[in-house]
Amino acid sequence: MTASLLSFYIFSAVILLSSLMVISSRNPVHSVLFLILAFFNAAGLFVILHAEFLAMILIIVYVGAVAVLFLFVVMMLDFRTGLEKSNILQYMPIGLFVGMVFISELIIVLINTKLDLKNIQILTNPLSNFGNLTNTEAIGSILYTDYILYFQVSGIILLVAMIGSIVLTLRDREGVKRQSILKQLERSSQIELKEVKSREGVDI
Amino acid sequence: MSMFITLLPEIIIFLGGCFLLILGLFIKKIKIINNASIILIIAVLILILFQPIQSILENSFIVDEFSQVFKIMILLGSLSCLIMFNSSNEDLHINIYEFPILILFASIGMMIMVSSNDLLSMFVGLELQSLSLYVLASLNRNSLLSSEAGIKYFILGALSSGLLLFGISYIYGFTGNTNFNLIAVNYNSQSLGLLIGIVFVCAGLAFKVSAVPFHMWTPDVYQGAPTPVTGFFALAPKIAAMGLLVRFLFNSFGEIYFDWQQIIIFISIASMVFAAFAAIAQSNIKRLMAYSSIGHVGYALIGVACVSTEGLRSLVIYLLIYLVMNIAVFSFILSMKRKDEYFENISDLSGLYKNHPFASVMITLTMFSLAGIPPLAGFFGKFYIFMAAIESNMFILSIIGVLASVVGAFYYLRIVKIIYFDEPQEKFDGFSIKSLNFLFYPSSVLITVFCFYPSPVINIADFTIRSLL
Repeated sequence: MTASLLSFYIFSAVILLSSLMVISSRNPVHSVLFLILAFFNAAGLFVILHAEFLAMILIIVYVGAVAVLFLFVVMMLDFRTGLEKSNILQYMPIGLFVGMVFISELIIVLINTKLDLKNIQILTNPLSNFGNLTNTEAIGSILYTDYILYFQVSGIILLVAMIGSIVLTLRDREGVKRQSILKQLERSSQIELKEVKSREGVDI
Repeated sequence: MSMFITLLPEIIIFLGGCFLLILGLFIKKIKIINNASIILIIAVLILILFQPIQSILENSFIVDEFSQVFKIMILLGSLSCLIMFNSSNEDLHINIYEFPILILFASIGMMIMVSSNDLLSMFVGLELQSLSLYVLASLNRNSLLSSEAGIKYFILGALSSGLLLFGISYIYGFTGNTNFNLIAVNYNSQSLGLLIGIVFVCAGLAFKVSAVPFHMWTPDVYQGAPTPVTGFFALAPKIAAMGLLVRFLFNSFGEIYFDWQQIIIFISIASMVFAAFAAIAQSNIKRLMAYSSIGHVGYALIGVACVSTEGLRSLVIYLLIYLVMNIAVFSFILSMKRKDEYFENISDLSGLYKNHPFASVMITLTMFSLAGIPPLAGFFGKFYIFMAAIESNMFILSIIGVLASVVGAFYYLRIVKIIYFDEPQEKFDGFSIKSLNFLFYPSSVLITVFCFYPSPVINIADFTIRSLL
């Protein structure tokens, strides 16, 4: 119990600090790296909750795909100028205001809600024999039975996204020279070795 | 096994679409892929007629009379779009064989939408549909307008999906269920959170049917998208979203209809009035049809707002007639071409009567029908809608509806005036294209003869709503 509590505090502290660094660091590449650190620690939080599958998915999807994509974008764009101090001061009041609104909303919600813990257990634990299964098995067993339609249709949506992006971006350009291996091989009967004199060339 | 049979139409379209996608890599002919898709859709249309009525996945996906009729309407819309594309793909310079495949995938999404009885299947169906439509809207890469249409549609569509998801999260949070029937059991009519959820889901769906005040994308997208795609937009997605709206409201919140009735009444009045006045100043016929479709959605929503058997019946009748009228109009618009140039301005129609008398008569009848002039089909659509509204004691709504349709008649009649009384221009080539005539003449004849033989349509409508109430 104490070990998990301790790791919870460590993970969440690192998340808070690194997300602070994401918005305050001057170098955008550093920001993305801190974002990746935050993702890793969030995955740690999932592991504490015994949600290993979600933890791994978080790392694969967010770190492996999204954050690396960010990194590429940031590296390709030219961000020589960092944030200036005066800019921060300029946006500080409105940022603080929005932050205060969010915090007060959270407090109001917390005060007014009576959490019915029993119900939450039912909502978050719909499988009766959850205890015997590992995380991945449990998700798989409902994803491929009760939710098969949604799962498959999501797959079709991704297929349509792929078709769409190819349709909209792929162009057949005229006059582009491509290597045609077939054509090259067809020439084989005519291949001969010639001694080419420098600066004179030969007819093909 | 029952699940497989229930999902068979969707599965067939999906597998067929994937097969054609691969086939298209080797056969570079768009016509072949397009015709194969047409055959696929016709096969599925026949299959749907013979499907057993049942629900799977704990009632989250339903095949019943309602979904069957709506699926048939949707597939007819897709079919006519593909036929239109067949005649125009070369002239529009859209050499993209994925076009019919995207239409197929959009059809799958819409079929899931009208069958869904669960917030999750509703959302995935809606997303599949909209994602395909975003791509279709910006398919003509050589045209700036088309790209603009795609971007606008994408951004506003994403916004509407966000609103929808926000509403769904509220409904799920306050009832603990995503299934429509279980939501109906578990709601607490006092809860404000649930009302917020209903409002946001209605707003998200109003985006998809392009009802005022969520209509602003419609004119630009209709104008920018390639004409067959515009026809598709006007036909299938609206009908699908309307079916989804009906099932969502009636299955999950049928008992607390007073909570959402006023929302529907408001967007219905706003759509009718706005469309009637905004369409007057249009000069582009596709833009005009965008406003016209906004107005028609307003009338159709009256049928939802009635919350009665008559209301739903009139809604189905209205949608059926709307489908046929729009097939006629869009195949007519595609016929307006000389050589390989398409004309979209209303002024290009001037004096059409001199060159193409028969087509002019038929389009005049269609325009009269859109305006709701008796004894054409459009009149009966509006007639049933207003009858249902009066039976539900919504006199103000029906009076506003009638007045808006009087204003709306102006811009349809203006087209008729331009066709008959303005200076004639050169002939159009498009009126001799067989596949367009195959769509245009039967549908405009259907509109005309509806008054002699209305009972099939009314029977279909009765059949459709049997499972809802």
